[in-house]
Amino acid sequence: MDTNISFTLKVWRQNGPKEKGHFDTFEMKDIPGDTSFLEMLDILNEQLIEDNKEPFVFDHDCREGICGMCSLYVNGHPHGPAQGATTCQLYMRRFKDGDVITVEPWRSAAFPVIKDCMVDRSAFDKIIAAGGYTSVRTGQAQDANAILIPKENADEAMDCATCIGCGACVAACKNGSAMLFVSSKVSQLALLPQGRPEAARRAKAMVAKMEELGFGNCTNTRACEAECPKNESIANIARLNREFIKAKLAD
Amino acid sequence: MWLINSPIGRKVVMSLTGICLILFLTFHLCMNAVALFSGDAYNTVCAFLGSNWYAVIGTIGLAALACIHIVYAFMLTAQNLRARGSERYAVTSRRPEVSWASQNMLVLGIIIVLGLGLHLFNFWYNMMFAELAGIATPIPPTHGYELIQQTFSNPVFVVLYIIWLVAIWFHLSHGFWSAMQTLGISGKIWLKRWQCIGLIYVSILMIAFVVIVLAFVFGLTNLCA
Repeated sequence: MDTNISFTLKVWRQNGPKEKGHFDTFEMKDIPGDTSFLEMLDILNEQLIEDNKEPFVFDHDCREGICGMCSLYVNGHPHGPAQGATTCQLYMRRFKDGDVITVEPWRSAAFPVIKDCMVDRSAFDKIIAAGGYTSVRTGQAQDANAILIPKENADEAMDCATCIGCGACVAACKNGSAMLFVSSKVSQLALLPQGRPEAARRAKAMVAKMEELGFGNCTNTRACEAECPKNESIANIARLNREFIKAKLAD
Repeated sequence: MWLINSPIGRKVVMSLTGICLILFLTFHLCMNAVALFSGDAYNTVCAFLGSNWYAVIGTIGLAALACIHIVYAFMLTAQNLRARGSERYAVTSRRPEVSWASQNMLVLGIIIVLGLGLHLFNFWYNMMFAELAGIATPIPPTHGYELIQQTFSNPVFVVLYIIWLVAIWFHLSHGFWSAMQTLGISGKIWLKRWQCIGLIYVSILMIAFVVIVLAFVFGLTNLCA
């Protein structure tokens, strides 16, 4: 049985991208250990609404770790102290009685704050729109043996495709680089034969869009990999570099 | 031009110049190691290079490499700071998977440039530059061995050089594998291999440099003379 904990919660409040933000501090009492982090914030918001105060704004949707909507930089880590898990999969049993829990938004020039800890991550959609798809007409579903794909490649492509585009990599990166996201999205297609015809164009277009949107340059610190809730590997970044350099040399 | 206006291109320039500079360090070490065995042989190497045209061309090339590496470092850092945004995190925490060196490459680089300035002042200024400019020096430019002996008779220089070499070790402990990663010749398996190869190679290089400095301090050079 989990015990209940009481702690101090510091949350970032900001009214808009250009507004000056600040921390609000709340004392949370008797929160059960098996409450998820987002449920704990729901409890906070219920209190705030009862007190006729403005609720704290944060992103969330599926609450089962697959949609990539939740964010939150908790105690110095995107998605909190747990590894390989999103904020919605983080439980209060991770914290101790009397802790100070600091909640901040993703801080990156390319992710402006909309309100409080909700940030605008549409930059990722723009990168996908620049080339993260196949426009090859594949027609009807093929016979399973019509296009041979080595099992390792299929597995690797699937691992790359598990990237949920939450932006934790950008939030964790001291350079505000989106390379882990872009490389995962390039890799999931580059590894499969259906993605090859457009591989060069895709790598160039997505990297160019990433640059245009103001993301930083990767310096291989591996912070992204350590914080990624889906455990994407920086081997993807090496693959993107390879694809990009090959594409540029072939110009 | 993709080497300037794409994030990967800029990093490719950093990688290639960085690898060339590591190769130069290897060349430099091979020359210095001669002094361990014979002062005369070392002075012969100094005379062979001196201010001959090939040494001057090599130096200009090397200076160009270093300048490109440094200019790009500042350019990348400025862009990265801008990408990070104006607001800083109130609480930060580094995972053990993230090496300290990887997050402080610019700081380490600045320490290395300062050390390089001292090194050029101690040696290059009294050797190649003195020959080219026709400046008379107390120790003739080709007497490199005596110049090293004189420099490391001052303990301040010994300490500064060792700090400098340690900074280079940290810089390269990240730089080597990072260069391979940027060039795309890495992956889940090769990443670990490059890290291992890099760590061993860079440690050999830097330990050897430190050994040479200490050998001069304790008079254990010129062993085969």
